[in-house]
Amino acid sequence: MAKTYETVIGLEVHVELATKTKIFCGCSTAFGGAPNTHTCPVCTGMPGSLPVLNKEVVNKAIAVGLATNCKITQNCKFDRKNYFYPDNPQNYQISQLYYPICRDGKVEIEVDGVKKYVRIHEIHMEEDAGKLVHDPYTDSSLVDFNRSGVPLIEIVSEPDMRSAEDVIAYLEKLRETIQYLGASDCKLNEGSMRADVNLSIREVGSGEFGTRTETKNLNSFKAIARAIENERERQIDLIESGEKVVQETRRWDDTKEYSYPMRSKEDAQDYRYFPDPDLVPIHISDEWLQQVRDAQPEFREEKKIRYKEEYAIPDYDIDIITASKKLADLFEDAIALGAPAKKVSNWIMGETMRLMKENSVDAEDLKFSAENLAKLIKLVDDRVINGGVAKEVFEKVFADNIDPEKYVNDNGLVTVQDDNALKEACQAAIDNNPKAVEDYKGGKEKALGALVGQVMKAMKGKADPGSVNKMLREML
Amino acid sequence: MNLMGMTAVELGKAIKDGQVSAVEATQACLDSIEACEKDYNSFVTVDREGALAQAEEVQKKIDAGELSGPLAGVPIAIKDNMCQEGVQTSCSSKILSNFVPTYTAEAVVKLQEAGAVIVGHTNMDEFAMGSTTETSYFGETKNPWDTGRVPGGSSGGSAAAVAGEEVPCALGSDTGGSIRQPASFCGVTGIKPTYGRVSRYGLIAYGSSLDQIGPLAKNVEDCATILEIISQYDKKDSTSVNRDDNDFTSALVDDVKGLKIGLPRDYFTEGLEPEIKEAVYGVAEALKAKGAIVEEFDLGMVEYAIPAYYIIASAEASSNLERFDGVKYGYRTSEYTDLHNMYKKSRSEGFGPEVKRRIMLGSFVLSSGYYDAYYVKALKAKALIKQAYDKAFEKYDIILGPVAPTTALKMGESLSDPIKMYLGDVYTVPVNLAGLPGISLPCGIDKDGMPIGVQMVGDAFDEKTIIRAAYAFEKTREYKRPAQVSERGL
Repeated sequence: MAKTYETVIGLEVHVELATKTKIFCGCSTAFGGAPNTHTCPVCTGMPGSLPVLNKEVVNKAIAVGLATNCKITQNCKFDRKNYFYPDNPQNYQISQLYYPICRDGKVEIEVDGVKKYVRIHEIHMEEDAGKLVHDPYTDSSLVDFNRSGVPLIEIVSEPDMRSAEDVIAYLEKLRETIQYLGASDCKLNEGSMRADVNLSIREVGSGEFGTRTETKNLNSFKAIARAIENERERQIDLIESGEKVVQETRRWDDTKEYSYPMRSKEDAQDYRYFPDPDLVPIHISDEWLQQVRDAQPEFREEKKIRYKEEYAIPDYDIDIITASKKLADLFEDAIALGAPAKKVSNWIMGETMRLMKENSVDAEDLKFSAENLAKLIKLVDDRVINGGVAKEVFEKVFADNIDPEKYVNDNGLVTVQDDNALKEACQAAIDNNPKAVEDYKGGKEKALGALVGQVMKAMKGKADPGSVNKMLREML
Repeated sequence: MNLMGMTAVELGKAIKDGQVSAVEATQACLDSIEACEKDYNSFVTVDREGALAQAEEVQKKIDAGELSGPLAGVPIAIKDNMCQEGVQTSCSSKILSNFVPTYTAEAVVKLQEAGAVIVGHTNMDEFAMGSTTETSYFGETKNPWDTGRVPGGSSGGSAAAVAGEEVPCALGSDTGGSIRQPASFCGVTGIKPTYGRVSRYGLIAYGSSLDQIGPLAKNVEDCATILEIISQYDKKDSTSVNRDDNDFTSALVDDVKGLKIGLPRDYFTEGLEPEIKEAVYGVAEALKAKGAIVEEFDLGMVEYAIPAYYIIASAEASSNLERFDGVKYGYRTSEYTDLHNMYKKSRSEGFGPEVKRRIMLGSFVLSSGYYDAYYVKALKAKALIKQAYDKAFEKYDIILGPVAPTTALKMGESLSDPIKMYLGDVYTVPVNLAGLPGISLPCGIDKDGMPIGVQMVGDAFDEKTIIRAAYAFEKTREYKRPAQVSERGL
């Protein structure tokens, strides 16, 4: 009988924290920028330069730790991790080994209606490295230190996941939590969230762990799912054919859907960790901890409960809207500006989702303001424009965050309220479509629709379809 | 007027009074350097044009009444491990022999703001590792008292430049005695401040938890004046301490009545030259005569200081010196096959043997499996040494002892036996491990005609008490010049 295997997965997730300045100097953390323009003596490792901790990094790390039910290490320290690589200007990375800022947390995930916990071993703070760019024309490598010193937290889970679905659910949960905190935008494709997968397999029922591998370079949820499936199969094949899994780090190539070994345990470097003497120990007082705790936002689960109580919108809509902090903010802000909840929800669930899909835009990257959405809803409610025109205007709001009031006026899209003009158009439609008139009078309700369409066309869309309908009925 | 024979404060006063201009003072300094360098080799870099330009600027400000401090217009040298924008800063190493910083060390900025004129960078043991200034890539510095002898180290260039009257004063750095021991060997005065007193920003690190910048000059007053200027809180250095008690010149008072002085018996054992022992006891007697209370006591932990120091300093150095890799700045080997070959060759060719020895030692004590046995244990010893001093300072205001077991050694004597050289640091390294302030000042001349130094150690941030005691002792004794310097002065 064929053996059945269980996959055991733990994750190391790096998240770039959204602070304005770097972790140990005052340089900007902005993504991009001409090479080596967001740099100073500290983040380029100039001789004699010294690091000074950005307190905001500690605040954000504590916030993430609290949101993931961790214990906060109130006396923590930074250590140096020593290794030579050109993207690392000091040839040591300032990180935390001995006293990480957070320990022993857990997050709840739900897969196929089943809830479970993924435990968090620790969260530590560290600095990001620069970027190497290889120039094939001169066959040389160039270093850009703009990213050097951007603050990171590394969230290390326990090996509590058993499938790609578990992993995706865990990552989505982390991303949602961290986005709600405003601690990071968590974009896998831009590298502000990076996940390394530690995976081993074992026979179902076995109490021991198998030998694990670590897979890196996973830039999307899809890549993660594919890499997990691939690595699981690879390890099963090895074991079934009597070979052993080697403890090693592998690199995933998403275009080839294949991973290859980067380094094995035997090559593992001795990082010679020791406390960084240039930084003083961090003492997080009870008051400091309380300040961060008091500033925690309302998270998704709390929002869901409140939305259900406060707004008459379907559970499904609540689920979609709260999945993204950005959408939830848009929703709540538009309501605060006076728009009815149901209508805001409809705009988000309908046109917003459609345009996001068509244009491949993430919720976090939406450009339009709640103010302009609320204005648009009001224009429709006040019958200044009709539904069809509103959809057209919304496309502009979505793309360029235009002011819908101004746009409607500038482009003459206001619904015609002139009864005489409408009457003339209706009469013309009746005169020009005797067949439709006959059908309608013969009991075919649908025929009226054709007449309404004719009138709307004649009015260049700027009539209220309800009024047209009413007028036609009276005239016939 | 022999301008370089004056103290820094005297020269500053002459400039302020209009007897001499800042430019004339700087020119006199540059002339003296020009005349002496063939004998002493105290400097790695002399910034003639930069110094004269600075002096002109300073004189304008003095004339405009914008600068009136005691060091306005006074030439000063800095050790070659302090970054100065636009001026080669090499740590006397081949690996940084082409390095020109883009910024200036905070302590040097403070001097410049006070109107001091930076005339050049002084020679040192490579990366401040050594006690003789013989390990410099730019050749050894010679002691102005006897050019066949070493000036001490690692701030040997600064000490020799002051003793040889090439400059009135200089900055050095002290990780395990690197200001105090060369001051003692060269017959000048030097202060190693409390750890955290002077910003380390821009000081190219050797042992980060021990390094401090401090002054070397002909007398206590000059040292107190310089220290007052460079001791300011700096938010760019996380280990800098924010205090408002840096008015060190207020401690220049000839009064030690009731001052309690402890003489640690553990410091006066075999290995210490009898003449030095006698001279240090002489200092105790002189202070006693002025009303101080002197007692002998057992400090303890002395035997652990050297091993703990070499483990901690080497461990930090092994990491601090990793950035010198040929990638971003400094020396890169001319031929290499790949990245790792480039690292290996650049570092093998760029570092000298003593630096390599300490990198190896430091890497070993931090490696997995040895970390607890060596590094962690050394940190525990460090904490116990601090406790021993804390206990002593419950009873005494200052601790008086020798600076080094010998006077200046002959050239080449130490390098053959590094352990012997390390043991020469026995009286100075515990002070760094405990983070305390120490002053070294001349107190005698031995039978070979070489100066003897005495060390006074104070409690943390109590520089004022050692300055006061040193000032009182200094009043009992004439400043002595090397014979060669006296002849030149005539």
